Amino acid sequence: MSAMIEIADLSKWYGPTQVLKDCSAQVAKGEVVVVCGPSGSGKSTLIKCVNGLEPFQAGRISVDGISVGDPKTNLPKLRARIGMVFQHFELFPHLSVIRNLTLPQIKVLHRDADEAEEKGTRLLDRVGLAAYAGKFPGQLSGGQQQRVAIARALAMEPIAMLFDEPTSALDPEMIQEVLDVMVALARDGMTMIVVTHEMGFARKVAHRVVFMDQGEIVEDAPTADFFVKPHSGRAQLFLSKILQH
Amino acid sequence: MFSHFDFDVIIRSLPYLFYQGITFTVLLTALATLGGIVLGTLLALMRLSGFALLTVPAAAYVNLMRSVPFVLMIFWFYFLVPYIGQWVTFSSRPMQVGAFASCLVTFTLFEAAFFCEIMRAGIQSISRGQVAAAQALGMTYPTVMGYIVLPQAFRNMVPVLLTQTIVLFQDTSLVYVISVTDFLGAASKVAQRDGRLVEMYLFAAVVYFVISLAASRVVGLLQRHIAIIR
Repeated sequence: MSAMIEIADLSKWYGPTQVLKDCSAQVAKGEVVVVCGPSGSGKSTLIKCVNGLEPFQAGRISVDGISVGDPKTNLPKLRARIGMVFQHFELFPHLSVIRNLTLPQIKVLHRDADEAEEKGTRLLDRVGLAAYAGKFPGQLSGGQQQRVAIARALAMEPIAMLFDEPTSALDPEMIQEVLDVMVALARDGMTMIVVTHEMGFARKVAHRVVFMDQGEIVEDAPTADFFVKPHSGRAQLFLSKILQH
Repeated sequence: MFSHFDFDVIIRSLPYLFYQGITFTVLLTALATLGGIVLGTLLALMRLSGFALLTVPAAAYVNLMRSVPFVLMIFWFYFLVPYIGQWVTFSSRPMQVGAFASCLVTFTLFEAAFFCEIMRAGIQSISRGQVAAAQALGMTYPTVMGYIVLPQAFRNMVPVLLTQTIVLFQDTSLVYVISVTDFLGAASKVAQRDGRLVEMYLFAAVVYFVISLAASRVVGLLQRHIAIIR
């Protein structure tokens, strides 16, 4: 398996504080990797480094063979190929739902309006929201907004998807509808890095689980192994806290 | 108490007041607002760019404009612009600049400093997450600004922008220092000619009041129409 996303010895500092310490991980094409860990452990920072939203000071990240940290890399062009879903959805509130999906296609991929609209409508249908095309994001529930955000990312036909705690800002009854879309996506063979606390989702579709604590990757194991016999004490403690219900 | 007032002077001079006076005032307000917002937005982008080469001059410009009395600016520009024009065009004589053009340049440059600060606040009111989302979709800086940040910033700031425009509208009366006939100037001329100072100034005040009040009402209505649904 060739690595689609390769993270090697990644370190990052905010001023004197080191937030990522020598993180290394690889994600193969079609692989689903769940990143978990206590808050403040650097999970979000790590995946934001993958598409260059956060700069890093040491180490290397390459996506599909292209180096993210290289100043010569055309970052907008690379980002257009990596989908990202945020904790707070970040739909553009001044644009209608369908326009949220078409604008990036038109402005970034230079698709014509009809093609973009057709693609957008198809993806809205896929996340079960075709009826909401003309609405504005503020008129949708959190779960619906997050599904639109996923559709918006998919409209760019990404080679990989990054999810930054996609369900943490949702009311409990809306989490499932978002996870269902993500599970379907994983089963379709999308390469995914998912930062989440949803261990049920991890069990169901993740190939590997990466556990982070204090900026370090403490554990990187196949899903079954991670849940059955995590070898680090910190991962055991984390699991015992999160799985006791 | 109004028995010895002659309000008829107002009726008689209406065509002059409105044809000459109000036209100048409204046109100057509209064009200076438009120019001021465009220039102000550019200044705001410069101030927020993070490059000292852009932030320092923009900040210096805004601070300079905001610390000079406006009347002085109008006065200065009226006498300076012809010479600046001469210097820029390498001509042998000072450039001929009409009073209106001079006023327009002054008002645009002056108001841009205020519109800059308004737009800066507006841009800063848009969350970092919006910018991150736009960037994550592969948008470049001009696209992020032009389609995501500025449209939202502008809508958030419409009430403040229009309030500033109403201030600008009232400030246009300051053009009297270079003897330009705006609405107040026209009223003043009639007042002196016919010796009806109280009537004319009273009428001028009422007109400014009515227009400003109507404009602020429109601001309220407009705000409800273009507000972003959240």
